[in-house]
Amino acid sequence: MADPRPLQACPPSCFIQFEQSCSKTAMSSKMQISSSIAQTRRTVQQLRIEASIERIKVSKASSDLMRYCGEHAKNDPLLMGIPASENPFKDKKPCTVL
Amino acid sequence: MDEMDQLRKEADSIKDQITAARKAGQDTSLQEAVAGITVVGRVQLKTRKTLRGHLAKIYAMHWGTDTTLCVSASQDGKLIVWDSISTNKVNAIPLKSSWVMTCAYAPSGNLVACGGLDNMCSIYNLKGKDGNVKVMRELAAHTGYLSCCRFLSDSEIITSSGDCTCVLWDIETGTQKTVFAGHQGDCMSLAVSPDFKFFISGACDFTAKLWDIREDACRQTFSGHESDINAIGFFPNGNAVITGSDDATCKLYDLRADQELITYQDSSIMCGVTSLAPSLSGRLILAGHDDFNVNIWDTLKAERVGVLAGHDNRVSCIGVSTDGMACCTGSWDSFLKIWN
Repeated sequence: MADPRPLQACPPSCFIQFEQSCSKTAMSSKMQISSSIAQTRRTVQQLRIEASIERIKVSKASSDLMRYCGEHAKNDPLLMGIPASENPFKDKKPCTVL
Repeated sequence: MDEMDQLRKEADSIKDQITAARKAGQDTSLQEAVAGITVVGRVQLKTRKTLRGHLAKIYAMHWGTDTTLCVSASQDGKLIVWDSISTNKVNAIPLKSSWVMTCAYAPSGNLVACGGLDNMCSIYNLKGKDGNVKVMRELAAHTGYLSCCRFLSDSEIITSSGDCTCVLWDIETGTQKTVFAGHQGDCMSLAVSPDFKFFISGACDFTAKLWDIREDACRQTFSGHESDINAIGFFPNGNAVITGSDDATCKLYDLRADQELITYQDSSIMCGVTSLAPSLSGRLILAGHDDFNVNIWDTLKAERVGVLAGHDNRVSCIGVSTDGMACCTGSWDSFLKIWN
């Protein structure tokens, strides 16, 4: 039975491309190593920036949050509730005069 | 490979320094600091309006600034601008791509934006001369899906993407002004600080990052979550960040203390957080979950003080109006609900 597949699955140009991509692969793995060193250098640089910031104490951060909440609580409609007469979203029920 | 080892050692050493510096700031905990205040009373919000009109899952909503208008995006391929009080549809904008994941309302009220699996952010002018809403710009450069977008003004917008970057765009020219790279996973969400100088991003690398918009730099990175961060927002004074994650918890990170202050979790809550919004004073955090509910937390005491149950499918988005009068939830059940 004749093999339906052609003897040569790829034309010759395919092999040339393969060789080129092989050397490209060899090149790119060197580039990959140097780019991952560059990447790690950037990571270290970024970490240095993040390490160098000034930090306040948790006690101060907490008291400032508490103070802000306290100062603005009375103006927080979802927290305080909204009287029906002042709630634009509440459907006004029609009044019936008996 | 000597240099690589050296660099790795240096990175680890600096990470240890950061951990030590944060620990040195822990003269107390938020939990201890709030021991003397009482938990807020039970918060019971009612559905005041249901916005009906979308024909498929709603993925995003955003309130306009100082208005009762809001915009929603659904995978029925429409952006709808609603008047939340009358429930009227002010605009129904058909989209080129129905795979939308985010939408935003410009502070001016003139523009809306959306994007998704088309990897683009499309800007629409609501106030065009002839009254028709048209695409004004298509911001294309991301190599991954658009997960979130927020306007700084009518001329600038920030986007976050599945390609792990966030980008600041010049809307006029349609070009990227700044690319914010650093996350090691898909960026899922972003929020702009009240003074418009910073923005925060949450990503699938389980971290949140604070970025200086003009200096094109990541200032701080916050870890602690055990899964993807899907939602992020600023505490109203801009000094703290709230995150919501697939690990079913929300966390509060203080920017000036550079660390996590508290985690909002409950053993009965097992579904991931999809969306979150603080109330006007910041004392409440409303968090939407995959289990169709919204949990309401006392921000300071970290206790659950309410639940909004009303949707028949995942709550995908949530927002509190700028005057704090109403909370809007959007769901995969195709409805938006207004609560207060």
